[in-house]
Amino acid sequence: MNPEGFGEPHDGPAGSESVPHRPEGSGNPQGGAPKVRDLSVDLCGVRLRTPVLAASGCFGFGREMAGWVDLAALGGVVTKSVSLEPRRGRPTPRMAETPSGMLNAIGLQNPGVEAFCAGDLRFLADAGACVVASLVGRDPGEFGRLAARLDGEPGIALVEVNLSCPNVEHRGEVFATDPAAAAEVVAAVKRATGRPVLAKLTADVTDLVAVARAVVDAGADGLTLINTLLGMAVDVRTRRPRLAAVTGGLSGPAIRPVAVRCVWQVAQALPGVPIVGTGGIVTADHAAEFLLVGATAVAVGTGSFLNPRAVVEVADGLERYLAAVGAGSPAELPAMFKAER
Amino acid sequence: MRPVQELCEVLERRRAGAYQALTLVAPRIAEAARPGQFVHILAGEDRSFPLRRPFSIHRVESPGTLEVVFDVVGAGTLALSRLRPHDVVDVLGPLGRPFTPPEEPAGCLLVGGGYGTAPLFFLATQLRARRCRVDFVVGAATAARLLDAMEAKRLGHSLTVTTDDGSAGRRGLVTDPLPDLLARTGAARVYACGPMPMLAAVSRLAAAAGVPCQVAVEEQMACGTGICFSCVVPVGQGAATRMARSCLEGPVFDGAAIAWAELGHPELEPTR
Repeated sequence: MNPEGFGEPHDGPAGSESVPHRPEGSGNPQGGAPKVRDLSVDLCGVRLRTPVLAASGCFGFGREMAGWVDLAALGGVVTKSVSLEPRRGRPTPRMAETPSGMLNAIGLQNPGVEAFCAGDLRFLADAGACVVASLVGRDPGEFGRLAARLDGEPGIALVEVNLSCPNVEHRGEVFATDPAAAAEVVAAVKRATGRPVLAKLTADVTDLVAVARAVVDAGADGLTLINTLLGMAVDVRTRRPRLAAVTGGLSGPAIRPVAVRCVWQVAQALPGVPIVGTGGIVTADHAAEFLLVGATAVAVGTGSFLNPRAVVEVADGLERYLAAVGAGSPAELPAMFKAER
Repeated sequence: MRPVQELCEVLERRRAGAYQALTLVAPRIAEAARPGQFVHILAGEDRSFPLRRPFSIHRVESPGTLEVVFDVVGAGTLALSRLRPHDVVDVLGPLGRPFTPPEEPAGCLLVGGGYGTAPLFFLATQLRARRCRVDFVVGAATAARLLDAMEAKRLGHSLTVTTDDGSAGRRGLVTDPLPDLLARTGAARVYACGPMPMLAAVSRLAAAAGVPCQVAVEEQMACGTGICFSCVVPVGQGAATRMARSCLEGPVFDGAAIAWAELGHPELEPTR
């Protein structure tokens, strides 16, 4: 659905906030930008229509958004994480707004893999979406069984392994805080699926590169950086935590500098490993930050809560950004980054 | 109709007692809106924080305007309270499931707490148009926090007012006069909106009187479109309860369908 309330085209906030100067030496020989640029990117051997995906946990199961966007026009839909058995999730309050962001403690509410396959997955596939199925489990065995169950299902392009949801019963379930545990899960998933596997990691570690290297060595085809950061907020009036679960995951623009740093560090250390950058992307300029420092694609998370059309509008804005800097495709951006100031 | 995203001009912002009332030019949303549905408003055009704020629709006026009422309690409502005529806000709506009116003309008891009374005015207009009898019970902490009691008096066949401090109407909770009113008016339907503890109590009293009760809930909400899973309420009975998103399955629920005892609100049980 295209809301007619908007003038098109518009320099909306999901577009570029600023028109960047053309970098030297990147001049377009025609002297002007071609009208339609190829926004598509290759992510672990899968061709995405745009480099902008909907991030896991921030787009429901995709079906909810069919009235707001053309699901087939998105770079991809990373589903809310699915577990073997249904999960009820946490009590409320599950969210609390914080400066330039929000805390959430949803607790991985999902209908379980069987209901997912029968309902949402079929819907997404029929809608023509590029589906990235996000998996969550309590141990490597569960992850492996889940991956095996989904391997028989058509309509899944990639698998994302959620190793880093902070809203779990035990900190030990945040596999991505330990290189060996994270690698064990990835290896179990890789054994059970023929599809490319993305490992979603957390920045809540001392040495992210060590975790990234461990999961790549275990077979991960790419990385998603980053999950929410573990946070907490207190209502001083009631003297209670603002979340029923006490702690929760911090998302939104507040975490973007951390996420950009993580992508940069890992891209430097592990060149050639595809990275999906995510964390606080609301506008195309934010997405460009991630692509410049080495991300292959990006995912819009909390931004979709602010604007249900954010995934589409960020991609539209990126097209204008590419034209403004004289890039022919998103994949050209990392080479145009000037690391030395 | 599917909800839409509309850039809306502010027509007016005014004080309504202790609250703020905001009138928006929203032709597409206003045309489709039904009582009990809500709009999700982002102050300003830059589509960044603070998050949208959900408000039930207080009034729909022709041509194509709607009004919401809010209390300034944080960054989002503060931003909204600073809007001036001709400012533009980004609005999603109409969202959620509306109240279901009775099929035949029937007696309806409308129970509102604080600014939670807002959607009941829109509902009362609809019910009156369907030749239903409408009795209002409105309560608040204090007289200034009663929302537009004069309007309730005009729309309803009767109006009962309660305040916690006795500064208007009778002293006590809005639920205090309910058993008597249910018996006296012979109401066939109860509709309520307000804080969760109040809704729990109203649902209990309506159930005790054998009267179907619909409640519009308020939960912390981020997206309003079903993707964040923040605004859930437990529905169902016994071990079969599940967390339902109030933005999609609500905000109006059958009061008997909500598993009130499971709500995580420490203050759920009324203390008086």
